[in-house]
Amino acid sequence: MSQMDIHTGAPDSELARIEVDGMTRSSFLLKGALAAGALYGAGAVTPFVSQAFAAGAGGDVEILNFALTLEYLEADFYNVKGKTVGLKGQAKSYAKTFGEEEADHVGALTTTIKQLGGKPVAKPMFVFPATSEKSFLALASVLENAGVGAYNGAAPSLQSKEVLAAAGGIVQIEARHAAAINLLIGQSPTPNQGFDRPLTQAQVLAKAGPLIKK
Amino acid sequence: MRSESAEQTDRAPGGLVERLVRDDVDRKRFLKLAGSAGAASFGAFVLAACGSSKKAASTAATTAGTATGAGSGSGDVAIANYALTLEYLETEFYEKVEASGFFKGATASLIKGFGSQEQTHVEALKGAVTKLGGTPAEKPAGRFPIENATQVAELAYTVENLGAAAYLGQAAKIQNPELLAAALAIHTVEARHAATLGTLVKKSITPDGAFAKPADMSTVLAAVKPFLA
Repeated sequence: MSQMDIHTGAPDSELARIEVDGMTRSSFLLKGALAAGALYGAGAVTPFVSQAFAAGAGGDVEILNFALTLEYLEADFYNVKGKTVGLKGQAKSYAKTFGEEEADHVGALTTTIKQLGGKPVAKPMFVFPATSEKSFLALASVLENAGVGAYNGAAPSLQSKEVLAAAGGIVQIEARHAAAINLLIGQSPTPNQGFDRPLTQAQVLAKAGPLIKK
Repeated sequence: MRSESAEQTDRAPGGLVERLVRDDVDRKRFLKLAGSAGAASFGAFVLAACGSSKKAASTAATTAGTATGAGSGSGDVAIANYALTLEYLETEFYEKVEASGFFKGATASLIKGFGSQEQTHVEALKGAVTKLGGTPAEKPAGRFPIENATQVAELAYTVENLGAAAYLGQAAKIQNPELLAAALAIHTVEARHAATLGTLVKKSITPDGAFAKPADMSTVLAAVKPFLA
């Protein structure tokens, strides 16, 4: 249960709600951390992010905004990058379907964050180091599997049961994508065997952070 | 089968009925669970049990088609026992599939791997039930049509999709954070199995589209009823 340690700081909701240019404090810290990750490498960011989330004490909106950032990333990856690397056959078909589904997740998370009275984070700029179908699929595997770990890691910290159920409906799709992509590139569809490993936000950032330009 | 199940309900140490009669908190929690599940058969079972009639409870339980320890206990224990029952059935199913020899090579390896993973789910859930102070449900006797490779693969696809939906249907009802984390970790593995089998039978990897649909306990138990011997 170490993935939840970063959320065990005392609730600091007042502090977390302070707005910095229209963002909550935690979102601001997260965005800064993501940018720092791109600049200095994920390793440098990890302690900073843990602190950010400890200070913000999570909260459903913060978690959902983190998820939204990942979904933005995945949607752009399939829908924008996917059109530039010459995908064919099954890879092309997956990119189309999965891209549509990730875009649906972006829409659902945006709506949910607003319903909770929060402000959805803006879509960052991404840079994807993929130049071929092969490197694209390899990155797809990393992102989808990280997505599964991210949701599974964050879900137990969600306060709202409705939000938890919605997150469950999304993570199941990420897992299906991850399995299909892994199969396509000759890797195990169940890389964690019987139990998918939850990831902390810091662990997710180690994988996704370098892809975020600003 | 019916009498066995009734006996099981009656003889369970500190069984459901006794606890519900004795413990008001337990009863309220259980009613809440039944209400939120909106489960016709499971709800009937619970309501009958709350009427403090052993006979009615047993009858309703068997009518519900559970005929197993599925859902026995309350709250988290009931959920974990329900999941355990499903995992027992999946494990047994994969054992039969493996024994059929219908699959060779990479597909056979995948099937074998999935079966082993279901077995680890069984062990984990047995541990969880015990840790929560409950009695793990007994292994039900399964009955699966094993005819040919296509039929078996399609059945596996159906079973795994149902399994994923079953976990999703319970996630928000789980109180214990450790059980929740375990259920989530298993949930996405069931989804991975389902997607893999989808590629095998040329069916959708994401049959529900972008948002997976949950299935409640009564729907799932009704669906697995034909697979109980």
